[in-house]
Amino acid sequence: MLIQLIALLSGLVFGIGLILSGMANPAKVLAFLDVTEQWDPSLAFVMAGAVGVGFFAFRLAKKRGQTLLASPLHLPTSNILDHRLILGSIAFGVGWGIAGICPGPGLVLAASGHSGAIIFVVAMLSGMVIFDQLEKHRMRRH
Amino acid sequence: MIDWQSFTPISALAGGAIIGLATAFLLIFAGRIAGISGIVGGLFRLQKGDFGWRAAFVAGLLLAPWLWRWFDELPAIQVETSHGLLALAGLIVGLGTRYGSGCTSGHGVCGLSRLSPRSIVATLLFMTMGMITVYVIRHGLY
Repeated sequence: MLIQLIALLSGLVFGIGLILSGMANPAKVLAFLDVTEQWDPSLAFVMAGAVGVGFFAFRLAKKRGQTLLASPLHLPTSNILDHRLILGSIAFGVGWGIAGICPGPGLVLAASGHSGAIIFVVAMLSGMVIFDQLEKHRMRRH
Repeated sequence: MIDWQSFTPISALAGGAIIGLATAFLLIFAGRIAGISGIVGGLFRLQKGDFGWRAAFVAGLLLAPWLWRWFDELPAIQVETSHGLLALAGLIVGLGTRYGSGCTSGHGVCGLSRLSPRSIVATLLFMTMGMITVYVIRHGLY
């Protein structure tokens, strides 16, 4: 129950950060990605703020080797630059560039009742389900 | 050319720091990476003992705009993309983030914070592709 409460609070604070930062305004995201015309560099500051705090959190967590509740850390272990990482990230960038919406802001915008964002999120969740189905199929073949 | 009128470095930096704090909180108390596409994608795997915290995090994210509205009007949400393109973008983002194992939060915030080579490559790729996509949509190929 405690872990659920922690996750709920983290999600809530994360969402507030997204709204305050401007990440939840797709036009602002696209203005950040549009480097050739009227460039709005604000979102680089979002990343700087988040990584500035995150860097120390990850250092602390790795040094302790476990959580403050003495449970294990679930950190990614892979170091391989495979074609899945590369092609997946390229595809994500194209989708992000079309809409100016990535998964977190998409969920926040959809929850606020924005019809376009709801369409985006339903399609995004479908994409994730399709991925799982394709993965299951792939596993069965191997 | 920088669009100084739209430039909001303070709210961007503050919002980013709040995102970083949410990430740090989830990591240090729950041992989990605050990567939205990973957290949401894992919901469809239906593994025992793994569902609750994910659902709670997403619930927190969805509650964020409502908590915000309790105190103030939400900041402007501007979406100029058509519904058809939003659906296409959502689908690509869903598939791409799952294949690439992360999005702006998982690779961008968390991955850069822990200096993961995979995440650095992924972030460079999706940022570059986002910029290229916006350029092509707004200015054409030639």
